[in-house]
Amino acid sequence: MTSTTPMRLSHTRIRAIVRKELRDYRRNRFVTSSMGVMPLLFVVLPIIDIFKLGSGASGPKLDNVIGLALLYLLLIPALVPAVVAAYSVVGEREQGTLEPVLTTPVRREEFLLGKALAAFLPTLAIAYLMFGIFLAVVGLFAHQEVVTDVFKTSRILPQVLFTPLLAGWSIWAGIAISSRVSDVRVAQQLGTLVSLPPLAVTSLMGFGVIRPTVGLGLVLGAALLVIDIGAWRVVSMLFDRERMISGIKA
Amino acid sequence: MSEIGTSTPVPSSAPAVEVDGLTKRFGARTAFEDVSFAVQYGEVFGFLGPNGAGKTTTVRTLGTLLEPTSGRATVAGLELRPDNGVEIRRRIAVMPEAPGLYLRLSVAENLEFFAGLYELDDRRARIERALRAVNLTDRADELCRTLSKGLRQRVGLARALLSDPRVLFLDEPTSGLDPVAAREVHDLIETLRSRGVTIFLTTHRLAEAERLCDRVAIMNTTLRLIGSPAELRDRLFSKSVELRVREPLPDPERVLGALPGVESWSAGPDAAGTYLLAVADPDQAASAVARAVVDAGADLLALTPSRHSLEDVYLQLIDTDVEASSR
Ligand SMILES: Nc1ncnc2c1ncn2[C@@H]1O[C@H](COP(=O)(O)OP(=O)(O)OP(=O)(O)O)[C@@H](O)[C@H]1O
Ligand SMILES: [Mg+2]
Repeated sequence: MTSTTPMRLSHTRIRAIVRKELRDYRRNRFVTSSMGVMPLLFVVLPIIDIFKLGSGASGPKLDNVIGLALLYLLLIPALVPAVVAAYSVVGEREQGTLEPVLTTPVRREEFLLGKALAAFLPTLAIAYLMFGIFLAVVGLFAHQEVVTDVFKTSRILPQVLFTPLLAGWSIWAGIAISSRVSDVRVAQQLGTLVSLPPLAVTSLMGFGVIRPTVGLGLVLGAALLVIDIGAWRVVSMLFDRERMISGIKA
Repeated sequence: MSEIGTSTPVPSSAPAVEVDGLTKRFGARTAFEDVSFAVQYGEVFGFLGPNGAGKTTTVRTLGTLLEPTSGRATVAGLELRPDNGVEIRRRIAVMPEAPGLYLRLSVAENLEFFAGLYELDDRRARIERALRAVNLTDRADELCRTLSKGLRQRVGLARALLSDPRVLFLDEPTSGLDPVAAREVHDLIETLRSRGVTIFLTTHRLAEAERLCDRVAIMNTTLRLIGSPAELRDRLFSKSVELRVREPLPDPERVLGALPGVESWSAGPDAAGTYLLAVADPDQAASAVARAVVDAGADLLALTPSRHSLEDVYLQLIDTDVEASSR
């Protein structure tokens, strides 16, 4: 860590890791089911809530239900990648594939970034897809007052922005845990747990405990952005080659 | 298309691996201590030792996975230092004890991933070549999950060959393989050797080392012996000839004591009428012994130079260690 020459990150290596991960996910039934079923749940529940509203709802009641529905949708980027990210390092350790990878010229920064991107890309696609489905269903079938309330920039923009930010948080927290624990299941439980705190803040705003002002939203967003970017370096430093290997006993 | 090994650059006279007083401890436990040796380019170097001798730890240390506690080493021309890690790993390849394949990926997909990690240009051609080298071309699209242990081992070997490494570390490449599969791996290593690939091979199969290695080092936490298999045999065992006659010689000292080429003699351990003769050159001594015995009027039953295998050397050494540690 004393080296002063700027590190050259290899796009080839990062791309190789992302491709490998995505291939591996697609063939892992546990991953496909948790990435497929959970999001559906979090889009169906809010839609049901909104349709239960009936036509007369208005004012604070309407506001609350819609706020809650959008919050459900934010559970998707927070929770969906948590399981995969928590598996990422300790899982490879457990199946014995980490050692051969670490004998190649790959840097830990590349390895971890590749892992993070591989969790981030499908999460983003799924979360936006579910949000799209939600908007489409609401736009087509909900009452006019609901439609007007949902299709406001102040509703949609935060949703679009917080989706990647929350995903980033969950992914780095999950990878950090995955680099330090030596048991897949512990990693996944902890990973799910730590994906929630930023969501708690968001939900306090959703329920009106904290007044959701533009300023506050920006501060929270900026904080998450800084964390997401800084986390890469921090997690890379936590990733200790020797510990990764020493844990493995043949 | 060029074959595996032919494009490996062979830098002049500097050794491929040079280790000087290297030590690795895990807390209070010493994995290996004060180990020094050098491996030349083009050499197949055997690293032998019992379970827990420190073979795997040595490979991991030289492969930059573990940091040595003390001592120095150069690997493929670079000093073993954390900031040389990436460059050292670019020049070598390691096949760990367990092949560690992605079981949900096909053979070709596994290799493709590693070709990417090595940033190889002509990936497709390289993968094809590596698969051809281990005779797996027709299994390229099979999922690794469906492969037998022997085939997985071969995929691991193909993966290690992808980057045309200057030094190839193989950690017990035949462990757990049946004799036929082990034989195939041996043949492969011989092919690589004939193409001048430098191989660092750990094993506890003595016959394997004897067949494949130019030189071997016998390890047991510290380095015990190093040399060609033949040298080790000579160094540990004096050459000898075993003589068997029908009736014990009445005065063996008169018959055997003054023969040219016979350094000393002793009565054999098993039966009366057997004698062990320490000699400088077994072939030359044998004819002199035969003549003397016949001249003395005894019936010669057998005259055999005793052959020690590398296994005898190894067992002799390790037994000494066991005795020493139980004292
Ligand atoms: N990560 C580790 N932490 C603590 N001790 C270790 C670790 N790795 C190896 N050791 C110890 O170091 C010694 C050497 O182990 P190593 O695995 O290098 O032996 P080996 O010669 O490869 O044995 P085998 O023939 O069983 O593969 C052993 O006593 C082992 O228990
Ligand atoms: Mg070992």
